[in-house]
Amino acid sequence: MYREISERGPINKVTLWDGRQVWLITGYEEGRRLLADDRLSSDRSYDEYPTMAPHLGAPAARKLVLVGEDPPLHNHHRRLLNPEFSLKHARALRPDIERIVNGLIDGIEEIGAPADLVEHFAAPIPSLVMSALLGIPYEDHAFFQAATAGIMQGKDPASTEAAAAELVRYLDRLVTAQEEERGESLVGRLVEHVDTGELSHDEVVQLTMVLLIAGLETTSSMIPLGVLALLDHPEQLAALRAGEVPAVTAIEELLRITAVTDFAGVRWITADIEIDGHLLKAGDGLVISSTMVNRDERVHEDPYAFDITRGSRQHVTFGYGIHQCLGQNLARLQLEIAFETLVRRLPGLRLAVPAEELRMRRTGTMQSVERLPVAW
Amino acid sequence: MLITADRDRCIGAGLCVLTAPDVFEHDDDGLVHVLEQEPDARLEGDVRLAQQLCPARALALETASPQST
Repeated sequence: MYREISERGPINKVTLWDGRQVWLITGYEEGRRLLADDRLSSDRSYDEYPTMAPHLGAPAARKLVLVGEDPPLHNHHRRLLNPEFSLKHARALRPDIERIVNGLIDGIEEIGAPADLVEHFAAPIPSLVMSALLGIPYEDHAFFQAATAGIMQGKDPASTEAAAAELVRYLDRLVTAQEEERGESLVGRLVEHVDTGELSHDEVVQLTMVLLIAGLETTSSMIPLGVLALLDHPEQLAALRAGEVPAVTAIEELLRITAVTDFAGVRWITADIEIDGHLLKAGDGLVISSTMVNRDERVHEDPYAFDITRGSRQHVTFGYGIHQCLGQNLARLQLEIAFETLVRRLPGLRLAVPAEELRMRRTGTMQSVERLPVAW
Repeated sequence: MLITADRDRCIGAGLCVLTAPDVFEHDDDGLVHVLEQEPDARLEGDVRLAQQLCPARALALETASPQST
């Protein structure tokens, strides 16, 4: 279906679940040009912002800090977080991430085949990394994993709102504890900005929540889908295992081909934009599809072919424009270490159930499989 | 080739640092710092790709005029 839409040209109109018509952008240059345009707003508190699924109409999903803000407030918040997510900072976490990933593989070997790669590998990696980074006790991981999943995959607005309220209560206590006794963690450092008046207590709570939402479901969904793509192409999996293709190269193709959320951007238009003979009017909604933009044949030769040697960062899986993923350096590092370690330590990696039995997640806007039973 | 980076536009995505690590780095603010304002010609491809990938369009490249090369 996607292919049919994109064959109509890079700028189209589609109808959403609620009957609303929005612009759908499937071209790389067009998508990037629009995402860099300051006549686009990410502010979800306006009715003009397209609601991509029923549960995202919940008030908590409509007032997200950072991702749902426009400049100048967006830039203020981003600037305070940038130092935490620089390449240098991400790379300093490499030994920790390697220890985490190897520990999980040890656990999988102990469990023995078949083991569920979602539960025992993909989910705990970002959860452990984010706990360490933010200063959240990992003992609480079941709670915050369930709460972020409840927000992202709520079956209706009420369940998303309830999950968000529960997570806010938890994080409120965490931030208060940090205000009383400063810890060596990201939240502890954010609290220092409360002292200087640059952030309020509530802003720290909200920022922490957004970091958890953005950091957990994305990476934990990406890993199983990437494993499936590799299992589908055994010769490429072998090349990765043999080190013929470095993991750092392979993950860019995994990111390009399996963008876990299809939305490189959902925006609304604040002032008329003319682009390639189309008039995008003020108040219109706009969706940029990463799945299709990443397969623009004007950028990638044979774009539907999976090829881990491509190593191209010309994809919009992390978005584009001022909202491009803050945590992308950390995400890349986790994926690199996860895939490199997995194929090296479990060289016989294979599905433990027929592929037809894998169930795609049906809820929310983040694609993944519910379970991924493997043997090795 | 002369590189200028607009730190007011920079959002610290780090693609320039990944793409042309001899030319760009992140400073303590997590923003771009240009290490080599006039990099060696063999780095030009990487620098152009870094400019193209920059999500904030914060990098400007000035190509030296033929007389000065």
